[in-house]
Formats: sequence, structure tokens, C-alpha cells
Amino acid sequence: MAKETKNALRRSILEKMLLTRAFEDRIAHLAAQKDRLPGMQILATGQEAAVAAVLALGPEDVIVTNHRSHAHLLARGATPQSLLAEIMGKETGVNHGKSGTLHMAVPHLNVLMTSTVVGAGPLLAMGAAFAQQYKEEDAVTMVFFGDGAAAEGSVHEAMNMAGVWHLPLLFVCENNCWAGAQSLKDHCSVSNIVTRAAGYGMPGKLVNGNDPDEILDTSLEMIARCRQGQGPALMELATYRMRGHGEYDHQEYVDPEEIAFWAQRDPIKLFRTRLEQDGVVDAAQAEVMYRDAEASIDAALEFADASPYPAPQAAFDHLWARAEEETGRI
Amino acid sequence: MQNLHTGVAIQNGLRLAMEMDDRVFLAGEGIGVSIHANPLMPTHGLLETFGPKRVRDTPVSEAAIAGLAVGASAMGLLPVVEIMFFPFITLASDMLVNHAAKLRYLSGGKTAFPLTVRVKAGVMSAGCQHSHNLETWLAHIPGLKVTFASTPADAKGLLLSAIFDPDPVIVVEEMGLYWTKGPVPPGDVRVPLGKAAIRRPGNDVTVVGYGGLMFAALEAAEKLEAEGVSVEVIDLRTLVPLDRETILESIARTGRLVIVHEATKFCGFGAELAALAAEEGFSSLSAPVRRVAGPDIPVPFSPPQEQFYMPNAQKIAEAVRSIM
Ligand SMILES: Cc1ncc(C[n+]2csc(CCOP(=O)(O)OP(=O)(O)O)c2C)c(N)n1
Repeated sequence: MAKETKNALRRSILEKMLLTRAFEDRIAHLAAQKDRLPGMQILATGQEAAVAAVLALGPEDVIVTNHRSHAHLLARGATPQSLLAEIMGKETGVNHGKSGTLHMAVPHLNVLMTSTVVGAGPLLAMGAAFAQQYKEEDAVTMVFFGDGAAAEGSVHEAMNMAGVWHLPLLFVCENNCWAGAQSLKDHCSVSNIVTRAAGYGMPGKLVNGNDPDEILDTSLEMIARCRQGQGPALMELATYRMRGHGEYDHQEYVDPEEIAFWAQRDPIKLFRTRLEQDGVVDAAQAEVMYRDAEASIDAALEFADASPYPAPQAAFDHLWARAEEETGRI
Repeated sequence: MQNLHTGVAIQNGLRLAMEMDDRVFLAGEGIGVSIHANPLMPTHGLLETFGPKRVRDTPVSEAAIAGLAVGASAMGLLPVVEIMFFPFITLASDMLVNHAAKLRYLSGGKTAFPLTVRVKAGVMSAGCQHSHNLETWLAHIPGLKVTFASTPADAKGLLLSAIFDPDPVIVVEEMGLYWTKGPVPPGDVRVPLGKAAIRRPGNDVTVVGYGGLMFAALEAAEKLEAEGVSVEVIDLRTLVPLDRETILESIARTGRLVIVHEATKFCGFGAELAALAAEEGFSSLSAPVRRVAGPDIPVPFSPPQEQFYMPNAQKIAEAVRSIM
């Protein structure tokens, strides 16, 4: 990849990381206020470098995500308005308020599905990758799942079938050291998920999950491989969940030193500094990016607040294709 | 009697069972290191008391959790495993449906599965992959028993019966009820499986249901009383085995039946109860049977739609009025 193209990509990675952080910080702020947001809020603060994996894809490629989806969705081009409105259960939300925070899907951006059933994503993605292969498309599928999810049989089944059929599927395990309140060593029989790749006949690579450059390079390489019909691959992002499992969880079970250790490795701070050092952005440009991100979240919140709730009876919509036709939404 | 939250009543039941019998062990996702480190939660503090041999935090692996229960129970232990949210029981279903429920039968009575699955249910602003009442699915499987308590005393008493029952029992716990309080007898006071409770006697119409909606039914009964309608409220407590006698005896007196549940209506447990009334209580009926249930859609997330989904006292009262 030409240096300028690569640097343009790195700039957009920083931009989307800043947007994600601004979005999630705002959600954390709102969630702390009583009755401001319905339901639980699950953030990926500290895991923003995953944006680089999404931006390594082309528009024709597909992603499947999970309950910790904001970075993936925003990187793919979903608007903060449509996501925030969904999180509030508003009619203008990306899924008309049917999903809420947990299962947001944006198929027109090739965010094919989101499942909050832990470990289901890889199975769905395996089917999507099969369709891409079947239709002889050039496209690939990228699926995100956690270290905890890797314990589910569904993940192993997806990996095996993808391996046997050489499907164009990139498994991305975001190992954020925790599954709920359980640490990796308490839920995983080996020290890293990536060691499993060999068992399914695919390459696996453990990368620094707080370093967008490493993620970008590995993703580009693995995506190219998938596109050439060489079958699936597994990338493990070694990263950290800076907040609790959900916003109701105050991490009482976590050693504060561990959090402090990772705070030193904030992916946004590190990447911003590096891009400035590399002359890819200057300090003023980075500041503008930061402010633009904040402003777009302000606007999104205003939009979501002003949006109406869906009608109660519209609870019946979207069950069948037929009902969609009747309401003229297809 | 102690006045306890349902969550604490369940906790007491678990604690008691573990003290009484060291074959009892607990397993589930986050049941020991729970992020819900709230003293009102069912497994709070049990890891500290009984240690990691008997209180096992498992990986996120529902099939493995169920397999653990099936295999260990066949070896003579009394597993009490937890499924974090009801819809995730689908991942455990092979072990429960094709194995726990069938192998005693298949083996001509030579294997036994005295296991208990506690499953947390409820509609709680999380959308339909977390909220889905699947109790009828399980009730449909010959070989499984299913309980669904509404009061703290029943939550504890049914759980104790389930743990020491020789067969696999699915114990549904409605999470919203963890925070409600009621009188609970201390000690090993069990509620037998298969015995309904008459929560309120009445003469004009029988309202049958289970779980948190029993409180809505009682509220409706109160309102209707003021209108001159006497409502009998029956809490099933156990779906399988079903206490047919109590229901049939009640409709023999009232002549009318309204069935209440949160799960969707189509093929729901209410259909079984309506069929029971039609097949065995037809001559008692002086009006059509009515069902008040969730509409036939997944539970929507948006707050007004979630509210729309939920049956409530008003909908129950309307159903009663419609057959008076
Ligand atoms: C099948 C299933 N079981 C349990 C849960 C409850 N649950 C939600 S997130 C989670 C932990 C997942 O950990 P991991 O895959 O590492 O993802 P992370 O939350 O750390 O991003 C659990 C147990 C679920 N959503 N689905």
C-alpha cells in the first residue's frame, strides 16, 4: 500500500477512535444519570484500536459484531445519531427501537448482524462467508468476539467448518482480559485464544490490541489472504476493558494497579502522539478531530432527545416481511 | 417467619441445601465472582462460605454447564446449575432435552438425573435476546419438571424440593421478583412440586397463572371485588407436574377461567390450561376461556413498546369483565 494511502487510512483510524471515545464517554455520562437511558450500557473504552481492523476492510466486506459494538459500528460508518437514538429506544434509531444497545444491526453498511448471545457471532459469520464464497464474490467477512466467547462450542464449530471449507472469514478475538467478572486465567484453559488457530488449520496472530498500526497491518495481510481463497484466519487483539462489564459494574473485583497499567497504554493517546511524531497529523489537526467528534456527539444527543418513541402498537412491526410491506417500510 | 427478599430466600435455600447434603454443588457463569455483588442476589456470599470446590464459576459455556449437571448427577451428585438469562437455555438444550429428560426412560429406569437448573427470567430493558419466556418449551419435554415461583417462600421451598427431587427440574426465577419481600418460613420447609396455591378465594371467576403476574392478578381481583365480582386467584407454582385438580375444582365452583402469563400467547402454557378446561371441565364452564398473555412477538426494547408487551392488572380485569 502506498505510503500516502496508508497515512490517510491512519488518519481516519484516529478520527474514528476519537469519535468512538466521545460517543462512549457521553453514554457513560448519561448512564450515570437516573432514568436517562433505558437498560444496561456496555462500553468498549480502551478497545478503540479495533477500529483499524474495520477500516482495513473494503465497503463490500461484511462485519458481524457483538454486545460491545460501538467502535465497530462507528468505524463502519454508522451515524452517532442513529446509534444513540437506538440506545434510547427511539423511532429514529438504527433499528426503530427494537434492539436497544445490545443488538444493533446496520445491514446497508454491511454490518450484517449483531448477536448478544455470546459466541453466536462466529456461526453467523461463517454462514455469511460461505455465501460470499458461494456467490464467488471477492468479499470477506470479519467477526468480532471476546475471550469469554471463545469458550462457547459455537466458536469452535464455526472455526472448524470455516477451516474445512476455506471460507473467507477473519476471526477477530478482542481479548480484553475479562469476561464479565472472570479473568482470562479463570475461564480459559490456555493463555491465549490464538493458539487455537492451529487446531482448525488456519494462521493465527497475536497482536498488540492497543496499537492500531499493528492491527491494521495484520488485518490487511489476513484480509488479502482470505480474498485469495486461502481460507480463514484468526487475529487476537490483546487489549483491556477499561470500564466494568457494563456501566452498572464498578470493577470492585479488579486490582486498581491493573487498570492503572493499562491506562498508561491508552490506545488513543499513544496513536495520536505517534501520528503527530510521524507528521501524519499535526497537533492542531488532531485537536480539530477531537472537537469535531465532540460536536457530532452533541448533535447526536440533541437529535436523539428530540426524536419520538415508536408507537406502542408498532411493537408488531418487523416480525414478518408481510408486516413490513403493509407499513411501507420495505 | 422471616420477612425476606426473594433473592435472599433463594440464597437461604441454596445455603441450606449445601449444609444438609455435601452432594450439592453450584455452577454457573459468574455465580461466585458475580458482578452483581449485591447481597440480594441468589448466589451472593456462597463462594465465601463453601469455597470453590462447591461453588464453581464456569466459562461462558451453557452446553458445558448443562453437560456438567447431567454427567455429575448420573454419578450421584446433586448439581444446581445456573443459566444467566432464559434465552441462553437454548444453548444448553441438547443436554437437557435429549439427555437429562430422556435417558432415565431410555435406560429402562437405570440412570437418574437429580439435577436442578436455575434459570433467570424476566422482561428488563435488554431486548429479546435477553428476555424470552421459554417455560412452555421446557414443559413440553416429557421428563423435565418445571417450577415458576411468585413469592419468596415458594422460591425457596420449590428450590429445595427441586434440589432433592430425583429428576431433572428447571427452576425459573423471575429476576424482577428478587427485590420483592414476603414471609419465609425458616429451615427446610419445602413446597411440594405439583401443588398449586389458592392465593385468594373467590366464587365468580378463576384466574390461573404463575410468576410475577400473580401480583397483577391479585390487584385486578381487588379492583373487581369493588365492582362486585369475586375472583379466585390460583398460582400454579409448578407447571410440570401440573396440579389439574385444583384448577378443575376451582372452575367447577366459578364456571369461568382466565389464564395469565407473560410468555407469548400462541402455543403458550395457557393453551394447555385452556385445553384442560375444555377436555375435563367443559361441563363446568359457563363462559368462554380467556387468555391474557404477551403478544406474539419477541420482547421489543423501546420502553413504550416493552410496556405494551407486558400483561398487567388492567388487561386481566378487562378479560374477566369480558366473560362476566
Ligand atoms: C450465550 C450467552 N451466555 C451468557 C451471556 C451473558 N454475557 C454477556 S457478555 C458476557 C461475557 C462475555 O465475555 P467476552 O466474550 O470476553 O466479551 P467482553 O464482554 O469481555 O467484551 C456474558 C457471560 C450472553 N450474553 N450470552
